[in-house]
Amino acid sequence: MKAFTYERARTPAAAAAAVAGNKGAKFIAGGTNLLDLMKLEIETPTHLVDVQDLGLDRIEETKEGGLRIGTLVSNTALAADRRVRKDYGVLTRAIVAGASGQLRNKATTGGNLLQRTRCPYFYDTNQACNKRKPGSGCAAIGGFSRQLGVIGTSDSCIATHPSDMAIALRVLDAAVETVDASGKARSIVIGEFHRLPGNTPHLENVLQPGELITAVTLPKPIGGRHFYHKVRDRASYAFALVSVAAVLNEDGSGRAAFGGVAPRPWRVEAADAQMRSGAGAVAKTAFAEARPTHENAFKVALAERTLAALIAENRA
Amino acid sequence: MAQQPPAMAVTFKVNGKAQALMLDTRTTLLDALRDHIGLMGTKKGCDHGQCGACTVLVNGTRINSCLSLAVMHEGDAVTTIEGLGTPEQLHPMQAAFVKHDGFQCGYCTPGQICSAVAVLEEIRAGIPSHVQGDVGTAPEMSLPEMRERMSGNICRCGAYSNIAEAMAEVAGVRIAETHGAQSDAGAEA
Repeated sequence: MKAFTYERARTPAAAAAAVAGNKGAKFIAGGTNLLDLMKLEIETPTHLVDVQDLGLDRIEETKEGGLRIGTLVSNTALAADRRVRKDYGVLTRAIVAGASGQLRNKATTGGNLLQRTRCPYFYDTNQACNKRKPGSGCAAIGGFSRQLGVIGTSDSCIATHPSDMAIALRVLDAAVETVDASGKARSIVIGEFHRLPGNTPHLENVLQPGELITAVTLPKPIGGRHFYHKVRDRASYAFALVSVAAVLNEDGSGRAAFGGVAPRPWRVEAADAQMRSGAGAVAKTAFAEARPTHENAFKVALAERTLAALIAENRA
Repeated sequence: MAQQPPAMAVTFKVNGKAQALMLDTRTTLLDALRDHIGLMGTKKGCDHGQCGACTVLVNGTRINSCLSLAVMHEGDAVTTIEGLGTPEQLHPMQAAFVKHDGFQCGYCTPGQICSAVAVLEEIRAGIPSHVQGDVGTAPEMSLPEMRERMSGNICRCGAYSNIAEAMAEVAGVRIAETHGAQSDAGAEA
């Protein structure tokens, strides 16, 4: 690990200013992904700004009837919240499908959205990776790609976003609240938060340097039955091959977002409109522009079948 | 001449005893416990949060001590395997691991026991899990719940079934009853 200096920020704006004014600086919250990457020297910050004292660890009701989840709320606390379990079950289900108990106790809401891909070529510093080292190429293309992306990818990068939580937030139309160094706040809808790789896969979201996530907001409850089904190689503690977050209504309408398939939570609203016609129609629209490799083409069919299972369960 | 790497003072309690350390900022909580305080019970397995050998309790909550910087723990209360019980007076979970042969080489055992103690508390506190049919309800104290919640602790010797039996005994769960439930969960997963 490279040497770094460390400070604990007292206010969100001060934290943002400390990172914005220092090119080598990064925020640290739970640290479960950042420290992993720092040990491998994939991340090499020269200064860490610890945000744990900012008081952003509460879940409050919004005046619109939704919830504002402080960025430091742990994954465990978010999954266990009574209001989340009752009205946003897809979110609780997605969180408890991810990581391990120890990691969920430490990992935070904002940090979960900012975690890096688990593409093995990103993690192996001997391999070419445009995300880790822009312009170096992509060893995943033509490599072992069974786990990697099938849609939204580019000729520069076929990595996926690893989060389960974010898939549920996407199906719930959550928004990400931030503050910058000048203290200015903004809200970014989750569908516009993560970038597609194009030819700049090292840029993974729309945050500006030093811009700090302060909260994630959920709109008022949308009803329906909530599902999160994750297909993986082990029964627990493994990343998704494919996951589906779905909220389905009694009349067969609904919405779905897919994980394990793309560089960001994958949801196509025009595909949601096909829900009453069945999983085949939804998948045909949602994955119309899929460009899988020969090793991961199964993911497109698996996504459709997983959704079909949830639609059947909703009817039963 | 090479610059000295940044060092910082940090104070926290370990097993009830105050510790004041001056540490390179890069020092993980795990390395602080082992190399600076001399508590060798907590083990370094993968050092990347994948194996659970480094599991300790911080303010009563289990975490991977390898994925946390010591300087982030100012004022915290850390409990390691040495703080749970002593050779003369074992913690009930330690005694149950011995009774049920919940280990072979023993390397993962301190992390398994710290995790197991916390898992029973998490179930009692109603923290939801992946194996629940309905996350809106309170989880049951059952073998499938314990197994799911222990998935962050890897045992290379494969002592899992004995670990589960040790936990069941401490939790007061009748094993005969839960073996059936266990195979149900296997089918669901």
